This record gives sequence, C-alpha cells and structure tokens, in this order.
Amino acid sequence: MGLVESGKLPKPLTSLLNTSRKYSIWIFQWGLACCAIEMGAALGSPRYDVMRLGVIPLPASPRQADLVCISGTVTDKMVPAIRRLYDQMPDPKYVISMGSCANCGGPYWDSYSVTKGVDQIIPVDVYVPGCPPRPEALLEGIVLLQERIGKEDMAARWKGDPIVVS
Amino acid sequence: MAAITERQKLAYANAQAADGRVNLEFETDEGMTLNMGPQHPATHGTLRIVLKLDGEQVISCEPVMGYMHRGYEKLTEVRTYPQVTTLVNRIDWLGSFANEVPFILAAEKLMDIEAPPRAQWIRTLLFEMSRIANISLFVGDMALHIGAMTAAFYAFRDREYVLNQIESATGGRFHPNFDRIGGLKDDLPKGWIVDTKASMERIRDFCDEMETLVEGNEIFQARTRGVGVIPADVAMAYGLSGANLRASGVDWDLRRDQPVGLAWNEVDWHVWTHPDGDSFSRFWVRLQEIRESTKIIDQLLDGLPSGAIMAKVPRIIKVPEGEAWVATENPLGEMGYYVVSKGDLGPFRVKIRTASFNNVAVVPWVTRGVYVPDVVTILASLYFILGDIDR
Repeated sequence: MGLVESGKLPKPLTSLLNTSRKYSIWIFQWGLACCAIEMGAALGSPRYDVMRLGVIPLPASPRQADLVCISGTVTDKMVPAIRRLYDQMPDPKYVISMGSCANCGGPYWDSYSVTKGVDQIIPVDVYVPGCPPRPEALLEGIVLLQERIGKEDMAARWKGDPIVVS
Repeated sequence: MAAITERQKLAYANAQAADGRVNLEFETDEGMTLNMGPQHPATHGTLRIVLKLDGEQVISCEPVMGYMHRGYEKLTEVRTYPQVTTLVNRIDWLGSFANEVPFILAAEKLMDIEAPPRAQWIRTLLFEMSRIANISLFVGDMALHIGAMTAAFYAFRDREYVLNQIESATGGRFHPNFDRIGGLKDDLPKGWIVDTKASMERIRDFCDEMETLVEGNEIFQARTRGVGVIPADVAMAYGLSGANLRASGVDWDLRRDQPVGLAWNEVDWHVWTHPDGDSFSRFWVRLQEIRESTKIIDQLLDGLPSGAIMAKVPRIIKVPEGEAWVATENPLGEMGYYVVSKGDLGPFRVKIRTASFNNVAVVPWVTRGVYVPDVVTILASLYFILGDIDR
C-alpha cells in the first residue's frame, strides 16, 4: 500500500476503498456505565440490529477493531486503561463518545473522581449526547461516522505509522 | 482535541503510577496471576478481579473496586433534594426507579408528609416494572456468560416491552426521575393500564421460554448446579441480601417484612426461596421473582385507587432537621439511604447502602478452589452492577 502512504491514490480508488471501509466497521464495545446497556440494546438486540448498517460488534480485542465506543462515565482510575486501549488499536481508528458523561462529565460535572470528557485523553470523532442516549441515537452517530469515512482522504488519515503498543 | 495542559499531564502520570502500584501489589512468586477486567463482560461494567491460580484452580481472588466511583455521597451534599433524585437514578442503572423511592421516602419521613394512596400504588407499579427490566437482563446475561447467546437476544427483545411502558408513563427509558417529594410528577397516560397488562402477558411468556430454553438445558444445569455454594450462615455473615440471600434458603424480603408505605402488602404474592445456595438456585429465584412481579403489577392495576397524585408540599423544599433511614428491597437487594438534614435546601450528609457492595464481598470466599470457567458463572449468578458497588 505504498500509494496510500505517499498520498498518490487516484480518486476512484479512494472512494472504492472508503466505501468498503465504511461498511465493515468492527466496533469495540467499551461499556462503562448506564450507556453500556443502551449500547448493548443497539448492538445486540433484534429490535435495533446494528449489523444491517455494516457494523460488526464482536471483535476479540482492540487490536482488531476500527472503532471504539466509549460509553459511560470515565473515572480518573479508568483513564490509563482507555489510553492503553486506544494506543493498541491499529490505524485508521475512530472513536465515538456516547453519553453526557463521556462527552463532558454529565451529571458528575463537579465530582472529584470523574474525568470531565474522554476527549481529554483520546481524540473523539463523534459525540452522541443524551443521558443515556437512546439506541437510535447511537445508530445515528454510527451513520454520521460512516458518512465521514466515505468522504475521507485516506492518505491524510492513514499515515501508515507502525502500531505502538505501550 | 483540546490542548493538554500541564495539570492534565500530571494527572495522567499520577493515574498511571497508581495503576502500576496496583499491578505490583498483586505480583506473586507462586502460581500464576490472572487479571480479569477492568473491562470484562462478566463483571457488568468495570470491576477488576485478580486471580491467583494453581494450574486451573483458583487459590485466591481479589476484587479491585473503584473504577466506577463517582463520588455520590459527596455530590449529594452540594445538591438540593430534587436534584439528588436525578443523581441517585444512576446508581443501579438497570432498575433506576427503584433507587429514587427510598431516598424520597426518607425525605418524606423527615418532612412528615405522606403521599396520597394513588401515588403510592403507582410508585409500587413502577418499582416492580424496574425490577422486571433489571432481572430480565440478568436472565439473558447469565446464559450469555455460560455460552448460550440466544437467551440474551430474547432478553433484550422482551425487556423492551417493559421499557416502553416505563417510557410512556415517565418519559425516560432508563432514568425516569418521576418521583417527587410528596407524590409523583404526573398521572398515568390514557390507555396505559391496558397496554401494561398486555406487556405483562409477554413477560410471562418470556419466563416460560427461559424456563425451557435455559433452565431446562442440560449444559446449563451441569455448569451451575453445585457451583459456588453459599450456605445460609455465610451469606448472612457477609451481609448478602435480595435474591442471593433467598437462594441460600433464608426467607427474608423487605417488601413483605418491612413495608415502608408502598402497596406491597395490599396484594397477594409469594417470596420464593431455594435451599441449595448454588448458582442455579440464584438463577431460579430471580426468574420466579419476575413472575411474582408480573403478578403484583396485574393486581395493582386492577385495584388502582383514584384521587390526587401529589400531597400538599411547599414550593421550595426545605427539610427540617433530623435523621432518617429508609431501606427497600431493590432488584439487587437491600438498598437504603441514611439522610441527615440540617434544615437546608439540600441534605447535610447521605449514606447510601447498596446491595452489590456486599454481594461482591463474598466473591473471594466463594471462588476459593473453583476452576477458572466457574469464576465467570459465579460472578454472573451473584449479579452485581458496578454503579451499585462503587457509587
């Protein structure tokens, strides 16, 4: 894939690669609190059925995932684990922050032990608001991310850096 | 991404050092150390369990808590009473309404107010519905941990019927925030009673389905019968409550033994116990509890009294000085609030007693000597929720 790294990918090839990428997202479920149950309802229940969007919710480890969904309250004790998880994911990687707690602290905005927003430690692509968001809201967040992936310039996003595991 | 400040860098380094210290504490010379979590499906959130193994057998087990500590007891000191209700919804996130009730009852006890009968009955209704929402997820989850995935899909499907009813009455699928000091926010919507009865029928069908699909399964029985036995005296010594205690043969249910003004003693239902105390009996007792809840809800719907849903309450709620303790039988066990008031807009101090904290305390005792796959079974059958442990 030398073409991708040097940024010389022709446009039709880019759109073909992007289309295939956006309909085969492996999502890693990082369920922390209440939102984890709504994420489970969105990803694992027959009523909402995320697989029709081309999202596969069952990677064995973060090293096989393209997308991580941080759902729930991030506490300061949890921060190192989340950072390590993000570092282990291969490029190109995406993050959805689900729920008010992961977005900005939510109802625990003045708590001593809660991290006010997961974007302080890892870059976030899509914020899904709500406390907790309905499963439909998470699905819409995933669709938004897919649109974004479809329009992406692959060379800009994927620099071909080696995966660093710390 | 926001710019990283020096302070954040320092906080990150500190957190990493803390993580390293925990790792060092559990280093061992003999055997092997296996780390489960902090993110593992069997832990219902972010519990970390460090197992010391000899081959396939567990020598000792150490739960590491605090990954979900949100500082509830401190936060309640800087909130007013109506704001605390919003906050405590999120302690046990599967049965949210059940968390509000004991706090509101404690505040009502201090203010010497009693909610009208219709409000009490609707409270009981929603309390039992959140119990169904909570335990039906457990039923699917326990089967999932043993390796039966179908049951989990069924549980998520049928749970929606209850959540729909809660949503149409309160406006929230998960966190209703419907309880007020002195009554309820609103009355029930039109047609709710008929719809709820239909959804209770579905839940009973779900129970029948689970009984044949999961309980009658030979593999499920082989994996759970005789695994993780907790005798009655040990269960009481560790302070277990709820279905975990009843599965050890102790006939103890706060709904029946200590009615706090809600309508449980007005209807006819049964407290189920099981003499075995193993993982299977804990599953069985919880499945019966769903059935009893549907029975309670049906009877409450038939006899719902008319009248006001709100007592006379001043607009700005100031709770007079005093202390009150109210505990109720929540889906996970005994949950209680000890509220100390100094006559302000908010409580001076709130002690929250949650069931899961004690249910996890027994894990080191019960996992000694078991094999690694059974650890998952035992954790799943003890059924704790991390927000309920760490608060």
